[in-house]
Amino acid sequence: MGSSSSSMDHIPNAEELMQETGFSAAHLLRLYERFEFLDKDQTGELRPEDFGAIGGLALNPIGDRIISAFFSPGQETVDFPSFVRVLAHFRPNGTNRTRNGTQQEPVNSRTRKLKFAFQLYDQDRDGKISRAELLQVLRAMLGIQVTEEQLQSIAERAIQEADLDRDDAISFDEFKKVQQVSPHPQTPTKETPLHPTEGGR
Amino acid sequence: MDVTIVPPIKPDDSPQAYPDTEKANLPVFTMNYPRIQIPFEITLWVLLASFAKIGFHVYHKITIWVPESCLLISIGLIVGGIMHSVHEEPPAALSSNVFFLYMLPPIVLDSGYFMPTRPFFENIGTVLWFAVVGTLWNSIGIGMSLFAICQIEAFGVQDINLQENLLFATIISAVDPVAVLSVFEDVSVNEQLYIVVFGECLFNDAVTVVLYNMFNFVAEMPVVEPVDVFLGVARFFVVGLGGMGFGILFGFVAAFTTRFTSKVREIEPLFIFMYSYLAYLVAELFAISSIMAIVTCALTMKYYVEENVSQRSCTTIRHVVKMLGSISETLIFFFLGVVTVTTEHEWNWGYILFTLLFAFVWRGLGVLVLTQIINPFRTIPFNLKDQFGLAYGGLRGAISFALAFTLPENITRSIRPLIELINVRRTNRNLDTINVEIHCRLMEHTIAGIEDLCGQWSHFYWKDKFMKFNNRILRRILIRDSRAESSIVALYKKLELQNAMEILDQVSGDISAAPSIVSLYEEKKTSAKPKKKFMAADLRNMHDILSKNMYKIRQRTVAYTRKNALPNDSQTREILIRRHASIRRSLRPGSFQTAAVPRSHKYFSLPAGKSLDSKFPPQRLSYTGKPLKPPHLSLSRFKVRNTLFHTVFNIAYSVIKHFEFKVNLLAFSTAFDHISLPFSMSGTCSGVYLHIVPDLH
Repeated sequence: MGSSSSSMDHIPNAEELMQETGFSAAHLLRLYERFEFLDKDQTGELRPEDFGAIGGLALNPIGDRIISAFFSPGQETVDFPSFVRVLAHFRPNGTNRTRNGTQQEPVNSRTRKLKFAFQLYDQDRDGKISRAELLQVLRAMLGIQVTEEQLQSIAERAIQEADLDRDDAISFDEFKKVQQVSPHPQTPTKETPLHPTEGGR
Repeated sequence: MDVTIVPPIKPDDSPQAYPDTEKANLPVFTMNYPRIQIPFEITLWVLLASFAKIGFHVYHKITIWVPESCLLISIGLIVGGIMHSVHEEPPAALSSNVFFLYMLPPIVLDSGYFMPTRPFFENIGTVLWFAVVGTLWNSIGIGMSLFAICQIEAFGVQDINLQENLLFATIISAVDPVAVLSVFEDVSVNEQLYIVVFGECLFNDAVTVVLYNMFNFVAEMPVVEPVDVFLGVARFFVVGLGGMGFGILFGFVAAFTTRFTSKVREIEPLFIFMYSYLAYLVAELFAISSIMAIVTCALTMKYYVEENVSQRSCTTIRHVVKMLGSISETLIFFFLGVVTVTTEHEWNWGYILFTLLFAFVWRGLGVLVLTQIINPFRTIPFNLKDQFGLAYGGLRGAISFALAFTLPENITRSIRPLIELINVRRTNRNLDTINVEIHCRLMEHTIAGIEDLCGQWSHFYWKDKFMKFNNRILRRILIRDSRAESSIVALYKKLELQNAMEILDQVSGDISAAPSIVSLYEEKKTSAKPKKKFMAADLRNMHDILSKNMYKIRQRTVAYTRKNALPNDSQTREILIRRHASIRRSLRPGSFQTAAVPRSHKYFSLPAGKSLDSKFPPQRLSYTGKPLKPPHLSLSRFKVRNTLFHTVFNIAYSVIKHFEFKVNLLAFSTAFDHISLPFSMSGTCSGVYLHIVPDLH
């Protein structure tokens, strides 16, 4: 992959990042190159517009949610460490390198993945998926296929299936429980790798 | 036994009740056996085999330890023994032609039609890897080793040359986990393992045919040139891709045809069968992989056809596919037993034992090496236990094959205790809920988005692209009413429908609850396909429609459910979800573990504000509050038992058929047709013979 050793120096806190997120040096480098590619005006940080320039993402029904997942609340820009941290959620579960003395659970543990997914629904970050938020997601995904009443009914049903404490919203625990029964390959509970070697596989 | 005299001008088939011109009295009772002989005997054999099948289930415990196929073979053996002792010939109908043209297609269609597509395509790389490379590895390895053994004079089999050894090894190395997969299914080993073994069988067909052809061809030439190897590879692609191509072609044509069948609903199922059979036959015509053709045809067809045909036709199709597959399977096993006894075999203990040994060794090595190489590319790597399952599963075909001619001794335990022992990762039988479905869709979009972000593409990207292509072009052409329906909406409709039916079932005459359901249906159905609109003015009408069209039929089919029953996914899910959801609904205030009889019966999917007048009798829910253990039905989705015959059947048979193979392996006599049938069959029925043989593992 070219002169990796020199490029690695450009990455601030590379060692720390690798420890924290579990990415290997090659992965990190790849991500850094991608980051630089996206960062059109070379400020070292990404803005929402930079994300919006990615073609596929713009067409994605939930593209805007994905983008906003990168930005912590209140922040306008994304720097490289945050970028990498978010992407670390998608690392495969079983390949954690040993780390010395971290107290937190690894970034790609099941819970953290679910939390990430949860935040895709819960845009206002109040810890609950309200009916309105669920409706937004459904509307984004189902689009013009269904009438408004059907959307309402589906949302209603979804909430009732999951909502155990009857507060008309789905908390993170309820969310976890409802996803528990199905280790479907698409959920982040099953690993989704971001191996740089895997292009096209 | 023609008693009456027929006027000479009439052909033989005419009824024979004409008064003759002779002086003899009018015969009151006549009999003409030869006329009906063939259909009659076929029917009897089928009935006999089916009776045997019924008989096994009278005593439940048998089927736990001994797979049904094994039992069928034993019955066949008994019948064969009887026939042998009275010096009857086995039914001549059992030629290779009959087998390949009539018995094999239904089984393969069965497995292809009910194959779980999504896991299959996600693992297709691994499947191909194991199938192609694995088979190559196994056949060459075993062939070479056996040849080396043959050189040793002590065993007295020098007459088998390298080519024959290689051919033999090709046949042996077919993965054929018939009983294994059915037990895999029982014990619900993880989906990945299941799919890989299943897929491997499928692709084996193409690979071994080509390998066989290549070895055969190559042996006849004095010099092997690189161009021949290259041609061999090219031939593989022709065979494999050609098979798939034909399958896809016929699948699309079938889908297109069903677009226009709305006025002739009665014959809709016919098209499925005719087109898939046609795909099979055309592939046979060109000597390409017919198994892949029919499976691909079924896969392609299923998706579009099930949207075009009526509900009844859909059920009929599934049911008939299942039935035909079951009949074929039963018959094959049965005949296997019969023919084994009634034909002559010769075996050489040394050869057989060494075959066994090498099969073990090479399979084990092969799996180890191949998994090491492919694991980095897999999302969910195979751990050691998975690999063991893979190796062990693939072994059974080879072993049973080699042991084909030993007589039954002890019936040993099946693979199940072993799997449980090593604690191979189990799958989670998931219950479908709306939440899960929503989340799956969301994650698909997310991952596709992240991939776009990172600039790399994996199968999600291609899947996304394909779905877009599908929605924009294919569906327009092939489906009558091609409004794209998200799976979320589809699932929701289904769930609602079953809840409604459940309530109706309870209501049964309580009209007061009616209007809400009716209006609910109106509201829901307005934007659905117009042809499915219910005449919902009258509750009784709707109840009738529901019960006749959907509920009762499904209920009937559920009643006899077991592992082999109709693997109708939606049916399974329906029942499960209905119970699960309704339990959850009713027990919501409390915990899930209470066994209290629920009291609130609100129909929760009503728009906010409405609720059904609950006049439901308190004994509404007879089931208790514990979360349901899913019945075996749920796994039938992954049931593959029927599929796997094809492996050895196909291998031995297709190669034989295609290339007129008359090998003198193990001193088979010239009546190869008869011998090779048990030869191949027994190979195919992997676990069966393995169970018969005394403890080897």
